[in-house]
Amino acid sequence: MNWLLTLPILLPMLVASGMMLLRRRPMAQRLVSVLGMLGLLATAITLLVTVYRDGVLAIQLGGYAAPYGISLVADLLAAIMVLLAAMKGTAVVIYSTVSIDAEREAYGYHPLLHVLLMGVCGAFLTGDLFNLYVFFEVLLMSSFVLLTLGGERGQVEGAIKYVTLNLISSALFLAGAGILYGVTGTLNMADLAIKLPAAGQPQVANMLAMIFLLAFGIKAAIFPLFFWLPASYHTAPAAISAIFAGLLTKVGVYALLRVFTLVFVHDIGFTHGLILMLAGFTMVTGVLGAAVQSEFRRILSFHIISQIGYMLMGLGLMVVLAWSDTEATRAAVTMGLGATVFYIAHHIVVKTNLFLVSGVVERLQGTGRLDSLGGFYASRPVFSLLFLVPALSLAGIPPLSGFWAKLALVQAGLRLEQYGIVAIALAVGVLTLFSMTKIWAAVFWAPDPAERPASEERPASEERLSKEKGLAMMIGPIAGLAGITLLIGLAAGPIFEVAMQSGVQLLNPQIYIDAVHPVVSE
Amino acid sequence: MFLLVLAGFLVAAIAPGVERVTGRLAGVVLAAAPLTLFAMLLRRAELLEPGGRIEAGGAIRETLHWAPQLGAQLSFRLDGLSLLFALLITGIGGLITLYAGSYLQGHPARGRFFAWLMVFMASMLGLVLADNVISLIVFWELTSISSYFLIGFDHAREAARRAALQALLTTSAGGLAMLAGLVVMAVAGGSWEISELLEQGETLRGHSLYPAMLLLILAGCFTKSAQFPFHYWLPNAMEAPTPVSAYLHSSTMVKAGIYLMARLSPALGGTQLWFAILAIVGGATMVIGAYLAIRQTYLKRILAYSTISALGVLTFLLGLGAAGGEAAAGGAAPVETEIAVYAAQAFTVFLLAHAFYKATLFLIAGSVTHAAGTADVRRLGGLAKAMPLTALAAGLAAFSMAGFPPSFGFLSKELLLEATLKQPSLAILTTAAALLGGILFIVVSGLVAFGPFFGRRQTESPPADASSPTEASPHEVSFPMWIGPLLLGGAGLVCGVLPHGIGEHVVAPAVTAVLGADQLVPIELALWHGFNLPLLLSTIAILTGVGLYVLHPQVSRLLQSGDAAHRFGPEAWYHGGLEGLLAVARWQTGLLQNGSLRAYLRTVLLTAIGLLGWTLLRVDSLPLGIGPWPEKPEEWFYANSYRLAVAGMILLGAVGAVHSGSRLTAIASLGVVGYGVALIYALYGAPDLAMTQFVVETLTVLLFVFVFYYLPNSPRQSTPAHRLRDLLIAVAAGAVMSLLVLVAARVQIDGRISGYFAANSVDVGHGRNVVNVILVDFRALDTLGEITVLAVSALGVLALLKLRPRREKLS
Repeated sequence: MNWLLTLPILLPMLVASGMMLLRRRPMAQRLVSVLGMLGLLATAITLLVTVYRDGVLAIQLGGYAAPYGISLVADLLAAIMVLLAAMKGTAVVIYSTVSIDAEREAYGYHPLLHVLLMGVCGAFLTGDLFNLYVFFEVLLMSSFVLLTLGGERGQVEGAIKYVTLNLISSALFLAGAGILYGVTGTLNMADLAIKLPAAGQPQVANMLAMIFLLAFGIKAAIFPLFFWLPASYHTAPAAISAIFAGLLTKVGVYALLRVFTLVFVHDIGFTHGLILMLAGFTMVTGVLGAAVQSEFRRILSFHIISQIGYMLMGLGLMVVLAWSDTEATRAAVTMGLGATVFYIAHHIVVKTNLFLVSGVVERLQGTGRLDSLGGFYASRPVFSLLFLVPALSLAGIPPLSGFWAKLALVQAGLRLEQYGIVAIALAVGVLTLFSMTKIWAAVFWAPDPAERPASEERPASEERLSKEKGLAMMIGPIAGLAGITLLIGLAAGPIFEVAMQSGVQLLNPQIYIDAVHPVVSE
Repeated sequence: MFLLVLAGFLVAAIAPGVERVTGRLAGVVLAAAPLTLFAMLLRRAELLEPGGRIEAGGAIRETLHWAPQLGAQLSFRLDGLSLLFALLITGIGGLITLYAGSYLQGHPARGRFFAWLMVFMASMLGLVLADNVISLIVFWELTSISSYFLIGFDHAREAARRAALQALLTTSAGGLAMLAGLVVMAVAGGSWEISELLEQGETLRGHSLYPAMLLLILAGCFTKSAQFPFHYWLPNAMEAPTPVSAYLHSSTMVKAGIYLMARLSPALGGTQLWFAILAIVGGATMVIGAYLAIRQTYLKRILAYSTISALGVLTFLLGLGAAGGEAAAGGAAPVETEIAVYAAQAFTVFLLAHAFYKATLFLIAGSVTHAAGTADVRRLGGLAKAMPLTALAAGLAAFSMAGFPPSFGFLSKELLLEATLKQPSLAILTTAAALLGGILFIVVSGLVAFGPFFGRRQTESPPADASSPTEASPHEVSFPMWIGPLLLGGAGLVCGVLPHGIGEHVVAPAVTAVLGADQLVPIELALWHGFNLPLLLSTIAILTGVGLYVLHPQVSRLLQSGDAAHRFGPEAWYHGGLEGLLAVARWQTGLLQNGSLRAYLRTVLLTAIGLLGWTLLRVDSLPLGIGPWPEKPEEWFYANSYRLAVAGMILLGAVGAVHSGSRLTAIASLGVVGYGVALIYALYGAPDLAMTQFVVETLTVLLFVFVFYYLPNSPRQSTPAHRLRDLLIAVAAGAVMSLLVLVAARVQIDGRISGYFAANSVDVGHGRNVVNVILVDFRALDTLGEITVLAVSALGVLALLKLRPRREKLS
């Protein structure tokens, strides 16, 4: 079954190349695009089920044994991430069939989306550090082009900031990979996990850890490296920012999780203590940034940063292992890592959905500024409820997914006696609720400002009709994701069980190493 | 019990549909749901049946799995305390629903109102029935959220939205603190089930984290139950429609904190800390709330402050009575046991009495406002003639609230005084506080229930809020709107006159639960305790209270003048805190996300320098991968002169690229750097790489020249000082990176994979150029990815060139 590992990379690539031939046929493109995503979704589900049943899967491409060739590896974390990517890809691609204009479609919107997913899935599945770099480039380039697609002034300005800061990340990553290869002579991550400690150079390893923390930290938009995110996310069409919001930073978080559980675990007290500290700052700066925004998608963008902090918190809690390696500590640390995985899953579903909602709001009222919006609760109660599900979930209101994510982190933190970070996490929760209710009050509760003055400025009825056209294709994915949020919340037990299993794998890197089974090189 | 709670949520889901179908009868139809739950609870609890477990001081428990890894179970437990609350929630809920059906007749959003009301009811029911800590938190937060939507029901008004937000932020901040406290408690006690934690009282109270868990849990209880200084949200919550105020903000939700304190008192109570906090906060809330109440002139606000005061009384009683679970079981001294039992009795009876009269008074306030068109007590009077049934209900409720015999309220006040008088310490202080609270309650009951119906209008001038034309002709409200108040008001009297039944079946099991006793604590409720000190004090209180009521117009004017408390009170802290936080947020965000790409780059680079530099500094000795200083420098210099030349060339190129004002010069200088790197490849035995690099550099420079030819020269934008700063950052970044490479270059271990490639290139990869074989065979996936990158770049260039925004194309 391990050929299954190649599909999440090959399928989007083939679909993307196929669609290049359909440039002048938008309907066919949309159809292929949706079908391709559904295929990816089916693959991802199969992959996760297989990995959950049979354990970590690995394949050596070209038949070259690790570490000589490139390995693809799917542990639970990778398989979960691929499934999440496919899920949101499906939602966004359906949403895009009506929300993306024909010109953007003609200039390759759909192929780019699939290439982006190829890059993302590749990054999740690769077991090779340099190959990870390559997939980072794939997703960086495709996201950059998606960001500029349309060429509007704001877009280009945002995209330049995006690409410049991300290129620094790439440069650091490349430098780090080069030095790491220079030290260990290998790039296979499982092999690195064996050889880096064997090199007996913890101090050099620490410096390398810092380089990767910086490189992936920029990608993950942690404090104080997050600037590219709020500068660019809101400039593109909603569908594009939705896919970015759920995926790009999470690739960075994934990479951090991977290397800081597999490769850089020699000086946990230093590296993970630093991560925990950065997690706290990231939560706080992100949520404070959101509190002062007055535009729908800008608020959401800053919240991404804040939530990244929560994800890192679970990883940072490993620091306790530096001074206490008891059974109870390991159990709590496992819970923290499981909580991180759960948080990522929750966040991707919820954040994508909120951006999709913002797209519908902007389409119907022509702006994203809170003070010019209003009246949705009165006119569209069901749609309003569909906003409430992800919004309240993000704020951690039970029994939605975000509550469990936060609860697990808080529990792990309290069990490990890391009271400071727990206090921050809880306080930031209140502020998140503040932001979400701010959107709710302005966009849904407050009367529509356009209706207060004389009704002359109301759009003509044909224009209204054109806005309404195909709205179901936009609301459908929103409802689907809201349903998943509810499901994660109500079936928290089984889902958290998978996350916990993933935490066990992360805390015991030998499982991953054994699956890749690098041969002893002479 | 799970099914009962679930049923509540299901009713909420269908409520808007039902409302649409049933139209005028919606209130009646939907009220059937809570009342059915009420009946089912009675059945489930086997109340009034022989051998009922709960009446005997026992409990019924059921469990469903939810997320056991996180300690979450859907476990429910019905004992005397939860039954008491559950009956209040469903019983009052039914009457409120009935009332609301008429109150909101014709309101376009009535269906949604019912939905949220039912969500609240089900959550509240879940809260008091939950035996699992996490389930309790889940329902707790759900009550906060449904309260948010109910307070903001009239959401077109900004005041309603603000009040809703204030209540939500205050209660959920407390709720999150409580979450932390409860998790700490569960971890310390080794269980997630409340009933099991109650057995661990000894362990919990002796735990090193006991003060922390207690304070955190109390933070949740105090915010939820509007204790001073968190009480400010409750009066503002009166923006909600009256049925909501009557239901959530007087009789049920605000008692959630009280419930939790009562529930946990056998485990956490009985310590000095517990007594100090609860008695002080409760006492302060009681007195301050009552004082603030008589300053108000609008019905609902008076009632809101008096509710705060009542909640203070309940907290106060829990503080007094918590002599611990062992007390009742006989472990403690007899005096303490007696106080505990008295306090628990007073608590339970007052809770019931308050729920009866306060819900009644709120509903009546709604009816009066509805019928008379104003809510200003100074403009209300003499309504008894027009609204006889409402007036009757009001009279009954006022009686109970004022504590006149033979009402249930009288009974509770007697018990309260018994409990304070028996205190071994501070008896005078606590009794005085209780008396003061009682006196002010009499004034309040006069203001809201006596004055409007039986008194005279104090002023005839048209009210400021004269929005309704009905003021001229007050009229009796319809059946659904008077039946609830009348039933609840009547209950206060019936329970007072015939206290035995309710004492045996409801109060005793609840007292048992509050005390955490293993066996039923027998209770004998009686209206008449003989001539004793409490009766004397009651009489004094009643006389003083009536006197104060008569003088109220003057007193009120006097109190109005001192407004300083309002400006510096806790509500000002809330606003100040929020504003301050937003100011910090603005400052921070302006500092970090200031829009300048240069600033972003600077921060990122400085972070990199900082983190790497710090790590370098942590290294004890800095072993660099360079050899010792040459013995004969001249010889070394000559031998390496060509290398040095290349290095110098690269450096010059770099400086030139940065320093040049023209783009063309800069790009040419970069080309020099690239050629220099290619030369290094050539010198160190990688001619193929060098060739590639030469080609790439040449092509790049040419392409850039083509592009830049069309661009104007950009003027310098930085001041010399900025350039100096940037220079320092750049040099530092370069230095750190170089050091890092030098340190790393020293370390090399065996077992490199490059040997394998050289050895197997021909046999396995069938190619003589090793680099090529690596690219297309050993690591073909990398190449596939890079090809994709190229394709995407091409697509991007095409789109950037051709796909322009519409308006630009037109111009």
